[in-house]
Amino acid sequence: MLFRVITKEAFRKFVNTLLSEIEIIAPRKVATDYTGRSIYHYLPVDRFEDVALDYDTTRFSAKTYFTPFKENLASYSFQNGDWTQSIRYRGVTRLILGLHACDINALLKLDKVMARGPFPSPHYIARRKNTLIIGIDHDPCAGGFCRSLGTDTVTHGFDLFLTDLGDRYFVAIDSDRGFSMLQEVENTEVTEDDRVEYSAVRRRIAKGFTTHVETHNLPNILDIEFESPVWAKWGAKCLSCGTCAMVCPTCYCYGVSQEFSMDFASARKNKQLYSCNLYDFARVAGDHNFRARTSTRLKYRYYHQHRGFVETYNEPMCVGCNRCGNACLAGISPPEVIADLHMEEKA
Amino acid sequence: MKYLNIAAAKPKVGVFSLTCCEGCALQLANKEETLAAFLSAVDVVNFREISSDKSDDYAIALIEGSISREDEVASLKAIRDRAKVLVAYGTCACFGGVNRLKNVLDFDWMNREVYGETPKATSPVRPVREVVPVDFEIPGCPVSKAEVERIVTHLVLGLPFAYPVYPVCVECKQRFTVCRFDLGELCLGPITRAGCNAPCPAGGLGCWGCRGPAEAPNYEEFLELARSRGIGDAELRERLSFFGGFDSAYELAQDEPLAVRPVA
Repeated sequence: MLFRVITKEAFRKFVNTLLSEIEIIAPRKVATDYTGRSIYHYLPVDRFEDVALDYDTTRFSAKTYFTPFKENLASYSFQNGDWTQSIRYRGVTRLILGLHACDINALLKLDKVMARGPFPSPHYIARRKNTLIIGIDHDPCAGGFCRSLGTDTVTHGFDLFLTDLGDRYFVAIDSDRGFSMLQEVENTEVTEDDRVEYSAVRRRIAKGFTTHVETHNLPNILDIEFESPVWAKWGAKCLSCGTCAMVCPTCYCYGVSQEFSMDFASARKNKQLYSCNLYDFARVAGDHNFRARTSTRLKYRYYHQHRGFVETYNEPMCVGCNRCGNACLAGISPPEVIADLHMEEKA
Repeated sequence: MKYLNIAAAKPKVGVFSLTCCEGCALQLANKEETLAAFLSAVDVVNFREISSDKSDDYAIALIEGSISREDEVASLKAIRDRAKVLVAYGTCACFGGVNRLKNVLDFDWMNREVYGETPKATSPVRPVREVVPVDFEIPGCPVSKAEVERIVTHLVLGLPFAYPVYPVCVECKQRFTVCRFDLGELCLGPITRAGCNAPCPAGGLGCWGCRGPAEAPNYEEFLELARSRGIGDAELRERLSFFGGFDSAYELAQDEPLAVRPVA
């Protein structure tokens, strides 16, 4: 890893130059909630002033720029009793500016499934390869428990990563693309002062976490607590609305459907992100539903995140951003559910 | 006519209006870019909004509107006898719709308010399924033409069609809409069937539930949620009874007077 330092003024000019060349997605304030808290989304920006780099968290993750909520996988046209297929991959470069460490770690986890798994998705790979990422450090967000999952820092999966040192950024460079981009802008070698300040900032951030989730032995505890009343308790609250999976940076489950045009001359194969909490997620032919109960569906989301994924990849799927907890209208959050399971263990 | 060796049917369709605003029929005649293709896929033999032809020879009858007069019962039964497939389309036909609000009012008073000294025969509003057997329902106020087209393409190719079982929340999330509850408002999205692509919350209005309930909705938790956000049961009952698809949720909410809010 290479490190450089760039002033905030130089960085602003740098972003404005990039804006004239490529699309930039960045955190933007879109509303204020009823408690007075700002709501941010990752959205396209036209000017640097729209970018809220000091945001705490976004309501939605950035996964939709890599595995969109709705995506056309293939198009078909029918002529003279025959058909042709057309598949288009997104090949346009864009930059996501301001991703936090948890969200970059989320992409690294998605890479394992979507880019290097047994069934890689060329659509995902095209989007991932054509997306530049400039991440940024931040003080812990309310309810975030990324430190419990080791995703509060990140060492790869981005092009540049910024740490705010007041009037300048400490920049980690993780790719030749990032290195080349920095050639276009004034930057300096890291000095002893920069190093000391960077370490102080990192220590402050590490000490700032207030939410902790005990992940020790969690896959085994989940197995032992398969019949736990904890699931019925939280399942009774679940609205089966799928919001948790939609806002999650790593939930990637999807459904595929085909749709004819009204003139029957063409058709499309569409992918839509789905959620294991939706009523028909495990409904099969003959109208048999393996997970007809809310409590079972809720349980299996935790099983995939904290047990199944660990078995396959030696790490949980959850990155601790707590977006699901923040967005859940029924107030179901991983820190509380997992704490309940540990209590059950001790009881 | 064959597509990929599947023979397409071209069913004869009649479109009929009962008590309603005929907005759903208007939707059928809408979406001009595919209207010609839509009208080629089906053989419309009776549809007063687009043609003066009137034939009683149809396989599929599309019924919009609710039943609010006894003479409508007779005409509906006659249509049921002629049609092989009877489809209730639009919220009025499926759940009674806005018309159903009259059921809680005094009928004589109401008749005088509307018709003055020339009262008309009227009866409590009912959805189509309470009068004749219904084969298929297409909810929505109004129905979504895009959804009607999906249903028709499935129908003519003989493919099964299924509505989303999940609530509107999924569609709000998939179009980056800020949750109306986050803004301190009431929204029936968490209990209402998706498929509309959530235009109301995106346009700044919480869901009013025109598509009726999602599959296996959690009414108890939904009411808890609304109450925890300071929304009273009277407002909940008003919202839940508006389109008529949420009778059992309505029963769970308490009967209390609606707080009078100042008119802006």
